[in-house]
Amino acid sequence: MIRTADITCLRRHLGLLVGAVLTGLVILAALVSLFWTPHAFDAVSISQRLQGPSGTHWFGTDHFGRDIASRLMIGARNSIMVGVVAVGIGLVAGVALGLLAAARGGWVDDLVARGADIVFAFPAVVSAILITAVFGPGAVNAIIAIGIFNVPVFARVARGAARQVWNQEYARSGLAIGKSSAAITRDHVLPNIAPVLIVQATIQFAVAILAEAALAYLGLGTQPPSPSWGRMLFDAQTFMALDPKLAILPGLAIFLAVLGLNLLGDGLRDTLDPRLRTERMG
Amino acid sequence: MTRTIRFGVAVVLAATLSFLTGAYAQPKDSLTIGLTLEPPHLDPTAGAAAAIDEVVYANVFEGLTRIDENGAVQPQLAESWTVSYDGRVYTFTLKDGVLFHDGTSFDAHDVVFALDRARAEESVNAQKPLFAAIDRVEAVDLRTVRIFLSRPEGRLLFNLGWGDAVMVAPESANNNKVTPIGTGPYKFDRWVRGSHVRLIAVADDRPLQRVTFRFLPDPSAQVAALRAGDIDAVANLQAPEALIALRSDPNFEVAVGSTEGETILAINNARPPLNDVRVRRAIAHAIDRQTIIDGAMFGFGTPIGTHFAPHHPAYLDLRSASHYDVAKARGLLAEAGQPDLKLTLKLPPPTYARRGGEIVAAQLKEIGIEAEIIPLEWGQWLEQVFRGKNYDLTIVSHTEPLDIGIYGRDGYYFNYDSPDFRALMQRLNDTSDSSARNRILGESQRLIAADAVNAYMFQLAKLGVWRKGLTGMWQNAPVQANDVTGVRWK
Repeated sequence: MIRTADITCLRRHLGLLVGAVLTGLVILAALVSLFWTPHAFDAVSISQRLQGPSGTHWFGTDHFGRDIASRLMIGARNSIMVGVVAVGIGLVAGVALGLLAAARGGWVDDLVARGADIVFAFPAVVSAILITAVFGPGAVNAIIAIGIFNVPVFARVARGAARQVWNQEYARSGLAIGKSSAAITRDHVLPNIAPVLIVQATIQFAVAILAEAALAYLGLGTQPPSPSWGRMLFDAQTFMALDPKLAILPGLAIFLAVLGLNLLGDGLRDTLDPRLRTERMG
Repeated sequence: MTRTIRFGVAVVLAATLSFLTGAYAQPKDSLTIGLTLEPPHLDPTAGAAAAIDEVVYANVFEGLTRIDENGAVQPQLAESWTVSYDGRVYTFTLKDGVLFHDGTSFDAHDVVFALDRARAEESVNAQKPLFAAIDRVEAVDLRTVRIFLSRPEGRLLFNLGWGDAVMVAPESANNNKVTPIGTGPYKFDRWVRGSHVRLIAVADDRPLQRVTFRFLPDPSAQVAALRAGDIDAVANLQAPEALIALRSDPNFEVAVGSTEGETILAINNARPPLNDVRVRRAIAHAIDRQTIIDGAMFGFGTPIGTHFAPHHPAYLDLRSASHYDVAKARGLLAEAGQPDLKLTLKLPPPTYARRGGEIVAAQLKEIGIEAEIIPLEWGQWLEQVFRGKNYDLTIVSHTEPLDIGIYGRDGYYFNYDSPDFRALMQRLNDTSDSSARNRILGESQRLIAADAVNAYMFQLAKLGVWRKGLTGMWQNAPVQANDVTGVRWK
């Protein structure tokens, strides 16, 4: 006899598990591509173009006869690198700003909160297009653009969560016994808001992958011949009638990576978020 | 309530049905052509953009002569002409009763005005060399014009057929950029920027009463618009792979023709180490033309070994001078002391450049040259490459007819500086006999191939596609034009 609680628990963990497996696969593909791909990703062979899946080419070849599997692997590496760096930029700068705002309050708090609101008001891809349009297309500028968009996201989340901690008695009593606000932030605030940040980071990672794909699709991100999932989608659009797999495969890669990260983020929130944890206990 | 809905549905259905049947029942008297680029303005005498001629040439504006689908010169506003014995005086008899679209009449004084305006010191005409041989233009009477040349010019009649040499009136010439006033069978109706230009027939009995040019920069959008029936034709489809799918579609007709577009891998001849002819020859030998034609253009295109159109009588097949030979190319690079070379490859938007560039980069890698691909928009390309000469390699198609003369121009973006070539061009200018001219053109082709000024890849094909039942569309593009004056629905 399986109890309802077990099923809920299983379902929750199933999401986490699927998310972890999908994300793990993407990371694995990216890591393996550092040392090995089935073929050189830029080896052009016109006579071999638009082939179906086979033993030599697992996912077939593209319009230049390049191996799609190899390009998807390098594309995964590219997506993950963009995600890590862009989320890293947002995490470091955003959390620092958010913590500062929560610790200081007053005009500092206002400045950070309103500043975040303003930057946040621009849609992610639009601000990224703006930045790459001004500073030129390329993987590095795309990463910076997506990273800048992440700063207000993390600043908001960190500020909100940190203010809750600051309202707790243990934090205030720290002040009363003469601890500096920096020390309280380090010892009490940061550890307590870490789970929220981890969950947010996972979700922003997915957003970053989507944004990178969008930028590459628009020709503003990773430049050819370096493969990027978004770029592969762009190249595929005129081939839809001739060979739909060119669009389906990178589309599927983006879909699975984003789905995996979102499931992982949801699962982590269910397990890590203190608010949800108490509800469950209660 | 339900009755109202049911009634509404019935009305919508009926309307849809009548629309569908109506569309097929009436003989169609309108045409919508999809173009890739929108013109910056509509005055063909004041801009180099091919998109201007693609809308107005022969449709809105006419010249003394015109160039037909096969590149031959035909009479247009001049119904006949005679040439003096020494080839220096041309006397044109003009058509009678021609009116500009604003109602003013066209006569010999307009010819004098238009040609003087085009070749004036302050003229912004993009092709002033066309008129270089003209000394003066005189109106003998209202229907007779005489052109006096300072030297014989064998190509004068052809030159006068270009879009840059069309007839404009003194009353309207200054406004032609926004409201073009010509003598053609179609007059300008309106231009919705970013969307379309519409022309309407001057005469009521034209088989096509409305011709619309819609601007769709994206080839997949062009194909979608064709299939959806939003446009009837694409004069030159930028996605050759889409043509393959359309070819098997019974609703469409596909025509593969020739253009004047020599598609080349242009080399900055002034920039070391590309100023070393061995390095340039190495690059030329590294290029496998057929692979590029197959890979970038799905086989549409004719390989060339020099800057000349294969359908021209003076063309020489010089491909063997730069045949595909990786070992030879590597040897040349080693000889020049450049075994590991890093170059930039700047690519404008067209498919032949972007896709061709990826293949060229892969082929250059075979001989140890690392080509960094830098995609550019047209504006950036004109600024950086064409005007700024800030590039190593670029891919572009030179679509003007018989344009080998650019190799003799000062400060042209190839940075090719050859007194020998300029001497050949001088001889060409002084020669009017066509077989002697062809011999000089042959020598010029040999010279630029031997100097490996650029790597010559292929002659661009014109990939036309239109709805079945449309006749008279141009298969070839000897000039940048979409002449619809002979087009009709069957």
